[in-house]
Amino acid sequence: MNTSAHCPAEAQIIAREQDSRTIVSLTVRLTDPAYANEFEFQPGQFNMLYLYGVGEIPISISSDPASSDTLTHTIRAVGRVSHGLARLEVGDRIGLRGPFGRGWPLQDARAKSVIVITGGLGCAPVVPVIDYVINRRSEYGRLIIMQGVKHSDDLIWRERYEAWGKHPDTQVLLAADMGGKQWNGVVGPVTELFDQAHLPTENSVAFLCGPEPMIRACVKRLTEEGLAPDRIWISMERNMQCALGQCGHCQYGDKFICKDGPVFSYAGIRHLFGVKGF
Amino acid sequence: MHSPLRNFLPRNNFSELLTALSDGGYRCLAPKVCDGAIVYKELPSQDTLSTGISIHQAPGSYRVEITDSARNFGWSNGPQGLKPLVFKSRETLWSVRRDTNGQMTFTESAAEPDPVAIIGVRSCDLAALALQDKHFLNNHNRDSHYQTRRASLFLVAVNCTHPSDTCFCASTGDGPTAQDGFDLLLDELDDGFVIRAGTEAGEKILETLPVDPVAPEQAEAISRQNQRARECQTRRLPSRNLEQALFENLEHPRWRTVAQRCLSCANCTSVCPTCFCYSEQDTGTLDFTRSEHVREWDSCFTQGHSYIHGLTIRADTKLRYRQWLTHKLGSWHSQYGRSGCVGCGRCISWCPVGIDITEEVTAIVSAET
Ligand SMILES: Cc1cc2nc3c(=O)[nH]c(=O)nc-3n(C[C@H](O)[C@H](O)[C@H](O)COP(=O)(O)OP(=O)(O)OC[C@H]3O[C@@H](n4cnc5c(N)ncnc54)[C@H](O)[C@@H]3O)c2cc1C
Ligand code: SF4
Ligand code: SF4
Ligand code: FES
Repeated sequence: MNTSAHCPAEAQIIAREQDSRTIVSLTVRLTDPAYANEFEFQPGQFNMLYLYGVGEIPISISSDPASSDTLTHTIRAVGRVSHGLARLEVGDRIGLRGPFGRGWPLQDARAKSVIVITGGLGCAPVVPVIDYVINRRSEYGRLIIMQGVKHSDDLIWRERYEAWGKHPDTQVLLAADMGGKQWNGVVGPVTELFDQAHLPTENSVAFLCGPEPMIRACVKRLTEEGLAPDRIWISMERNMQCALGQCGHCQYGDKFICKDGPVFSYAGIRHLFGVKGF
Repeated sequence: MHSPLRNFLPRNNFSELLTALSDGGYRCLAPKVCDGAIVYKELPSQDTLSTGISIHQAPGSYRVEITDSARNFGWSNGPQGLKPLVFKSRETLWSVRRDTNGQMTFTESAAEPDPVAIIGVRSCDLAALALQDKHFLNNHNRDSHYQTRRASLFLVAVNCTHPSDTCFCASTGDGPTAQDGFDLLLDELDDGFVIRAGTEAGEKILETLPVDPVAPEQAEAISRQNQRARECQTRRLPSRNLEQALFENLEHPRWRTVAQRCLSCANCTSVCPTCFCYSEQDTGTLDFTRSEHVREWDSCFTQGHSYIHGLTIRADTKLRYRQWLTHKLGSWHSQYGRSGCVGCGRCISWCPVGIDITEEVTAIVSAET
C-alpha cells in the first residue's frame, strides 16, 4: 500500500513509551482498516508524520516489519513538530503518509557479519535491522552493535541492548562521551569501541546511522580496517518537505535522499560525503 | 523533423486563430506589457495582440520599448515562462478538518482542468516545460496538480527573431527555433505568419484557418531570420555537460568572489523556468477546526532550504550559489539526462546585481584559475 502521495491518512496512537526525558516512542495504527492491512515497509524506511495544524516531519519506522499493522516511531523532541508529537497521548490522532525511501540492504547482508554503528538517537532506524537479524540469527554471521551517546543518561533502551547481547555471536558495545555514575561502558567517542570489537572485515557489512561527524569518523576507521566502501551503508538526513523526490530540499548532489535513500552505500556518495554545503 | 512550410496566415486573419481556439474551448493567454515587462495575460475576445514591443535585456536590466513595428513577437521573453501555469507559485495540496473528538478528515485538493491556449511561447520555454515534465511526471511520482494543468495547455509557439543580449539558447541547444513540444508553431513575417502543427490538436485548429500557400521568398526570409537569431547570440555555456567539471572545482576561488556580489535574494530561481523547489506549510483557521496544507515556491538561496535541526547545511551565500550552479548545470545531467539550463537568460536580467551565469561557470571550469 501507499497512502496518497501528498495527503496523509489518519492514524491513532495506541501505545506511548517515554524512553527518556526528550524521547518518546509512539505506536500508531492507521484508522482506515484497508490502509492498515496493506501497509508494508522495509527496515530503514520512514513515514511523514503530521501534527494537526503544525506540519509534517520524516520519522523512521522503528518497529518490526513483520507486524506492520501497527507502526512505532521513536521521536526526539527538538522543535515545532517533534515537541508536539512527543506530547500526544494514547488515543490522540495524527496524519501519516508513507512508507518512503530505500531501506537497509538486508538481502545483501545475508550470510555476512553485520556491524551496526549508531550515535545519538541513530539507533531507532536500525532497531528493525537488529530485530530482523536476531530473529534469523543462523542466517547471518556475527552481529556487532556499537552505540555512542553524548551523555550516558541519553542512552535509551538499556534492557534491549542487554537482551540483544545475550544472543549467540552477538556483541553489544556502548560508549558515552560523558559517563555518569553507573556507567560501565566506555567513556569517549564511539570510535573507541573499535579496538574492543575485533571487527570482522571479511564478508561483513556495516550499517551506520547518527550525527554526520560521528559517521565520518566511523567510516574512516572502517575503511582503515579494510571494509570496502560498497559494504558500508549510511542513513542520511536532510530537510524534507515532500518525501516524493519533488520539493528539492533533500537533494544531495544528484541524489534525492527521500527516494534514492535515505540509506546509501558509502561508495555511492563518497565524492560528496563530508563536503561542506551538500 | 519539420513539416515543410506550407501554410501562411496573413496578419489580418490572425484573429481567426484566436476565434478557432476560443471555439475549441480554450481561454487565450497572450503577451502583454504589464508593469514594465512582458506577461501572459488573458486576451478578451475581439481584442488584438500587442504590436511593436521591443525588449532590451542586459545583466541586471530589462527595458520595454514600444516601436511602430507591426510585428507582435519581435521580442525575447518576459520574467516568467510557462512554469507558473503548471506549477503554481502557491497552492493548497490538501486540507484537514478536526472534530471535537480529535478525529481528522483529510481532503486532497485537485487542480481544475482549465483549457488554456498560450500564444507566443518561446522555444526555451518549451524545453523548460519538457524538463519540468520529467521532474513532476515520472515513474517514481506523478504530481496530479501539475498533470491536470499540463494536460490543459495548448501551446502556440513562435520562433524567436529578436533574442536579447542575455539569451544563449543556441548554445544550450534549446532555441531560438522550436523543434518540438508545441501544438502550433509560428514564424512571424511582416505581413503575417507561417504556421505549422506539431500535434493532432494543433492540426485540427490549423485545418479551420483561412491560409494561403507559402511563397518561396517567404520561406527564404524565414530561414534568414532564424539564422540571424541564432548568430546574434554572443553568450554561451562552455559545454553542454558540465557535471564533472563543476564537481571537480568545488573549491574554486570564484565561488567566493561571486558570493561577495550575490545577495542571496532568490530572484534567479524564481524566474528560472526549470527550478522546481517548493516548501510546504500549514495554515490553520483561528478556531483551530480546519487547516490547509499549502506548497509554495522555495529556493536553494533561502536560509530555511537546507535547515535541519541544529544545523543549516548551506548557511552562507557561497555554498548556496554553488548548490544552484552545480545542480542547474551539473547534477541535472545525472537526474534527468540533460542540463537544467535552457539558455533563456532570465537569471542574468533579473539579478539585481547583474551576475551572469555564463560568465561565472566559464570562470569556474576554465583550466587557469
Ligand atoms: C529520513 C529521516 C528519518 C528520520 N528519522 C527520525 C527518527 O526516527 N526520530 C527522530 O526523532 N528524528 C528523525 N529524523 C529527524 C526529524 O525529522 C527532525 O528532527 C524533525 O524534522 C524536526 O522537526 P521539528 O519541527 O520538530 O523541528 P524544527 O527545528 O522546528 O524544524 C522545523 C522544520 O525543519 C525541517 N527539519 C528540521 N530538522 C530536520 C531533519 N533532521 N530532517 C528533515 N527535516 C528537518 C522540518 O520540516 C521541520 O518541521 C529523521 C529525518 C530524516 C530525514
Ligand atoms: S539558469 Fe538562467 S538561463 Fe538557464 S534556464 Fe534558468 S533562468 Fe534561464
Ligand atoms: S545570483 Fe543574483 S538573482 Fe540570483 S540570488 Fe544572487 S543576487 Fe539574486
Ligand atoms: S523531500 Fe522533497 S525531494 Fe526529497
